[in-house]
Amino acid sequence: MATPTTNIAAHEVAHDLAPEDLATVSRQTSIYVYEAPVRMWHWINAAAIVVLCITGYFIGSPLPSMQIGEATDQFVFGYIRFAHFAAGWILTIGFLGRIYWAFVGNHHARQLFYVPVWKLEFWREVIFEIRWYLFIAKAPKKYVGHNPLAQLAMFFFITLGVSFMIVTGMALYAEGAQQGSLTDTLFGWVHGLTWNSQRLHTLHHLGMWWIVIFMIVHIYVAIREDIMSRQSIVSTMISGHRTFKDDRED
Amino acid sequence: MSQIETFYEVMRRQGITRRSFMKYCSLTASALGLGPAFVPKIAHAMETKPRTPVIWVNGLECTCCSESFIRGAHPLAKDVVLSMISLDYSHVLMAAAGHAAEAALEEAIEKYKGNYILAVEGNPPLNEDGMFCIVGGKPFVEQLRHVAAGAKAIISWGACASYGCVQAASPNPTRATPVHKVITDKPIIKVPGCPPIAEVMTGVITYMLTFDRLPELDRQGRPAMFYGQRIHDKCYRRPHFDAGQFVEAWDDDNARKGYCLYKMGCKGPTTYNACSTVGWNEGTSFPIQSGHGCIGCSEDGFWDQGGFYNRLTNIKQFGVEANADQVGMAAAGVVGGAVAVHAAVSALKRAQKKTQDKVEG
Repeated sequence: MATPTTNIAAHEVAHDLAPEDLATVSRQTSIYVYEAPVRMWHWINAAAIVVLCITGYFIGSPLPSMQIGEATDQFVFGYIRFAHFAAGWILTIGFLGRIYWAFVGNHHARQLFYVPVWKLEFWREVIFEIRWYLFIAKAPKKYVGHNPLAQLAMFFFITLGVSFMIVTGMALYAEGAQQGSLTDTLFGWVHGLTWNSQRLHTLHHLGMWWIVIFMIVHIYVAIREDIMSRQSIVSTMISGHRTFKDDRED
Repeated sequence: MSQIETFYEVMRRQGITRRSFMKYCSLTASALGLGPAFVPKIAHAMETKPRTPVIWVNGLECTCCSESFIRGAHPLAKDVVLSMISLDYSHVLMAAAGHAAEAALEEAIEKYKGNYILAVEGNPPLNEDGMFCIVGGKPFVEQLRHVAAGAKAIISWGACASYGCVQAASPNPTRATPVHKVITDKPIIKVPGCPPIAEVMTGVITYMLTFDRLPELDRQGRPAMFYGQRIHDKCYRRPHFDAGQFVEAWDDDNARKGYCLYKMGCKGPTTYNACSTVGWNEGTSFPIQSGHGCIGCSEDGFWDQGGFYNRLTNIKQFGVEANADQVGMAAAGVVGGAVAVHAAVSALKRAQKKTQDKVEG
């Protein structure tokens, strides 16, 4: 797939190939967009977020009390909190790694971290995408990376959303880690903004729902685009290759 | 009372033996988290230093700080602390009243300019030029500014002076304002709580007398030795928290067994105070020990963090009282519904286009 071939010998062609498909098969129709570290981060991040949402919900609203043994033999809530903190650290370190990759990776790896607000063309395409989702535009455009509307959503929900959750989450973690700990030194200042940590808990909790809303939209749109757009979406998250479904320009 | 008398002399005059005095010094050292090496230092300070003049003023408050203070459960605190400091002005405790009291205040300010500690109980209301709290015929805020000008340091007693407490609760009609927002040019130490623990109050004063400086403060200006950890960090019910064993209702079996009160809205995990270590009333008990959750009385805006019995805070920014889960679930429900409708329309459109293509093709 990576190397373009113009002639395909008969023995290389699968037996189910109809003659009219030959033209399509013999053309390179994919671009390598998402490098391995980006893909790995995506799935690690997704798994961490799922764990964080579930455990985080139960930290706010604990499960019914369980009587497995004496309190010393039982660590149910402790494990839920441990899973939350472990996933939080994985998310944080993963996010730092992702920022690093934005510097050393290809230009698609940088798309997550900025919105080209200064480009008129960007906003024109945002409006076009909104028209596409409102069923006004007849056909979608082709995009190698994220489309402008997706870029905007990714930036606000993931880049800003996850940053917010990391900063508030680490500040809350610092309360248990105690004064003078690394997290307290780095993130304790957040408590200086909210004072009563109950407020910070509430903000962190609302942040979870911000991410949940993103998940709903993200998964829906990824599947919908995979079916209705002119390029691959879901398989791209796994292979990194964007394939296109037609030869028309734009 | 002669002002040159030292603490030790005062104590001896009151019939306290040297043995009791040394006991007091070592207990104070341990209350402050200091090693045994500091006992002679405290004793030395008590023996040689003249008592520090303290002016104690009261604004909008309920006097629970004074009530707590005079119950200092420390073996000698009740007698000693009031003699340790030279309390030159205090509504609650002084014998003088009226003009005589106000004259004593002016005299103390004049005499100890730049050397006295100002203890503020309560806070000044700023609306209507401060008319909601009048002391000696003038708004309290004026008295506060006047006394603060010559103070060496200020102690903000209780949640009122530190954060505003109930009179500053939303919508705060009198604009009750914590001391640090009115006096900005003096070192201020906050000793929050409603009221603060007696031993914390006496401990802070003793530290300031012994070392002639403020104790180490945390980010919010509270003494770190008493407010450095949450109630939760030292709670004796913590094993039940980690085990996931919670009181589910006030009259259930778990309540009788003394399980964690987290689900009943205990604010221990977000409250910095020494209740779970020092205890109240000579260390007899503290709220959680008596079966009631912590209400977070030593935290900023604790009246406005929703119900005392809810784990999740109600937020009013969305027009109705709802907690983060209710708000989030409603938003996720709306988005989820919109996604479902959008998916249905997308499928219809796609089917329509297919039939159209077939007809045209």
